[in-house]
Amino acid sequence: MSFISYFINGLSLGSVYAIIALGYTMVYGIAKMLNFAHGDVIMVGAYVSLLSMTQAGVSPMIAILISMVVCTVLGVLVEKIAYRPLRNASSSLAVLITAIGVSYLLQNIALLVFGANAQTFPSVVKWEGVALAGGKLKISGETIITIAVCIVIMILLMLFVQKTKPGQAMRAVSEDRGAAQLMGINVNSTISLTFAIGSGLAAVAGVLLCSAYPSVTPYTGAMPGIKAFVAAVFGGIGSIPGAFIGGLLLGIIEILGKAYISSQMADAIVFAVLIIVLLVKPTGLLGKKIQEKV
Amino acid sequence: MIGVKKKMSKTEKNNLITYAIAIAAFVIMQILIGTGSISSLMQGLLVPLCTYVILAVSLNLVVGILGELSLGHAGFMCVGAFGSAFFSKCMRDTITSPTLRFLCALLIGIVVAAIFGILIGIPVLRLKGDYLAIVTLAFGEIIKNLVNALYIGKDSKGFHFSTKDVMSLNMDTDGLVIVNGPQGITGAPKDSTFLIGFILVMIVLFIVLNLIQSRDGRAIMAIRDNRIAAESVGINVTKYKLMAFTISSAMAGAAGVLYAHNLSTLTANTNNFGYNMSINILVFVVLGGIGSVRGSMIAAVILTMLPEMLRGLSDYRMLIYAIVLIVMMLFNWAPKAIEFREKYFHFGKKKKEAE
Repeated sequence: MSFISYFINGLSLGSVYAIIALGYTMVYGIAKMLNFAHGDVIMVGAYVSLLSMTQAGVSPMIAILISMVVCTVLGVLVEKIAYRPLRNASSSLAVLITAIGVSYLLQNIALLVFGANAQTFPSVVKWEGVALAGGKLKISGETIITIAVCIVIMILLMLFVQKTKPGQAMRAVSEDRGAAQLMGINVNSTISLTFAIGSGLAAVAGVLLCSAYPSVTPYTGAMPGIKAFVAAVFGGIGSIPGAFIGGLLLGIIEILGKAYISSQMADAIVFAVLIIVLLVKPTGLLGKKIQEKV
Repeated sequence: MIGVKKKMSKTEKNNLITYAIAIAAFVIMQILIGTGSISSLMQGLLVPLCTYVILAVSLNLVVGILGELSLGHAGFMCVGAFGSAFFSKCMRDTITSPTLRFLCALLIGIVVAAIFGILIGIPVLRLKGDYLAIVTLAFGEIIKNLVNALYIGKDSKGFHFSTKDVMSLNMDTDGLVIVNGPQGITGAPKDSTFLIGFILVMIVLFIVLNLIQSRDGRAIMAIRDNRIAAESVGINVTKYKLMAFTISSAMAGAAGVLYAHNLSTLTANTNNFGYNMSINILVFVVLGGIGSVRGSMIAAVILTMLPEMLRGLSDYRMLIYAIVLIVMMLFNWAPKAIEFREKYFHFGKKKKEAE
C-alpha cells in the first residue's frame, strides 16, 4: 500500500516537473536556447498568486489567472529585451549567459521585495482528497488536482501545436527558421508566443508546486527549474510528449529513490538515471536522431 | 632588445602580455598589502581570486579550445578539494612543513581530479552539444551529493566508511571523524597563501598557453572547428577530446586544493561546488571571451571583485551585478551592438584587425 502512495506522490511531483519541462522544451524547440531563467518565472508566479490571495484577497482561481497574466507578460518582455538582440549572435553561449543574468536578476528582485525568509503558501486546493481501500490509502486533493491539470495541459498543448495555425507556425519555425520566414511566417511573434505559453505554464506550475510544499522563497524555482530541464532532456528536448513522459518518470524516480534508497542521495539517483538513459539513447527517450551531413 | 622583439611572433607577444598582466597584478597587490592600503576583506579575497582565475582558464580549455559546453566544472574542483583536504587532515601531524604538505595535497588533488576527469570524460564526450552540457551538470551534482552523504572516520584499526551517519561508522572511542557528511571536513590546515595561488596561476597559464600552440592543441582546435574533417585527416578525436577534458579537470582539481586549504571548514553546497559555481565559472569564460585565456583571467578578477566593491550598496549589489552582466552580454555579443561599436568607436575596429 505504501508503494502505491509513494507512486502517486511521485506522479504528482512529476506532473509539476512535466508542466515546467513543457515550457522548457517548447522554448528550446523553437528558439533553440536553454532558458535558464525559466525556473525563476515559477517563483515569480508563486509570489504573485500569494500576494493576490493574501493582500488583495481574491479567490484562488482568480489568483492563478492573475499570476499567469503577469508571468506571460514577464516572459514576453524578457525575451524581447534580453534574448531577441542576441538571437543572431556568433556564439549560442551568449544568450545562455544572458539567461543566467536574467535568472540572477529575478531572484534578487524577489529577495529585495519579499526578503530571504520562506513565506507560507496557502493551498489553492480546498478539497480534502479521497481515501481508498478502507482509509488505508489517502490521496490528497492537491495530488489529484496536480495530476489532472498536467494531463489537461498536455492534451491542450498537443491539440494547439498539431491543429491550429499558430501551432503550425511554431512547428515550422522549429523545423527551419529561415524557410518559415520565407513562407510568410512572422518568426518574432511566433517566438514571443512560445515564451508567453511557456511562462504562463510556469505560473501554473509555481502555484501547484507551492500548494504541495507550502512555502515560497526567492530560490524556490531554481532546483525545480534544473530538474525540469533534466526532465526535458530525458524525454528528448524539443519533444512535447517527451517532456511529459520525462517529467513524470523523473518525479516517480525521485520519490521512490527518497523512500527506498536514501533521502540524501535522491538527487544523485535522478541524475544517474539521466546519464544512463543518455548514454544508451543519446538524444533522449523520444528525441529525433539528427543525421550529420558531411 | 628591439631586435629580439621583432623576431617574436604575434602569439608569443600575446602570451608575454598575458604573463605580464598576471605578474603586474601580483606585484601591485603585494605593494598594496605592504603599504597597508588594502582592506582585510580584500586580502581575504586574494586566494579565492587565484582559485577563480585557475577555474576560468581551465574551463576555457573545454569551452573555448575544445568547443564543448561543460556545466559540471565545479564537480572536479569539489573532488580535488575534498581529496586533498582529507589527506591534509590525516597528515596534519605527520608532515609538519606546510609547504611540503601542501605540495603533497596538491599532487593528490590533481591526480584524483584527473582520474575523475577520465572516468567521466569517456562516457560524456560521446554526446554532443546541449546533451553533453546536461550530463556534465548531472555528474557535477552527483559528486556534490555523494560528498554530502559520505562519512569517513579513523581510529586505531584504520579507516571506517559509511553513507548513513557518524554512529554507523562503528569506531572505537579514540576514533576521529574526518569527513562528516554535510558538515564536511573541519580543521584541515590553512596552507594556501597568495604567493602559492599566484604560482599556480602562472603554471596553469603556462600549460594552457603552450598547449594551445602545440601540435596537440592544434589538433584539439581542429576537432572544435570541424569534427568530421579532423577525423578524416587522421586526428584521433576521442584521444584529443579526452586529453583536453582531463587536463582541464586536473587544473580544476588544483583550484579545489587551493580553495580547500584556505578554509577552516570545507562543506559542499550549491554555491561553492554545485551548479551555481559551475555557471559562475562559465560566466567568467563567456564574458572574458570564449577561447581567450587572457580574457578569462581578467573577467574572473573583475567579476569576483565587483560584488565586493559594490558592498557599500549592501542589498542592491547582487541586483546591480545581474544588470551589469546582462548589459555587458548585450553590448558584447548582440550583432546590432557590434555594428554600432564599429561605427562610432575606433577601438572596436582596431581590435578586430589585431585578431
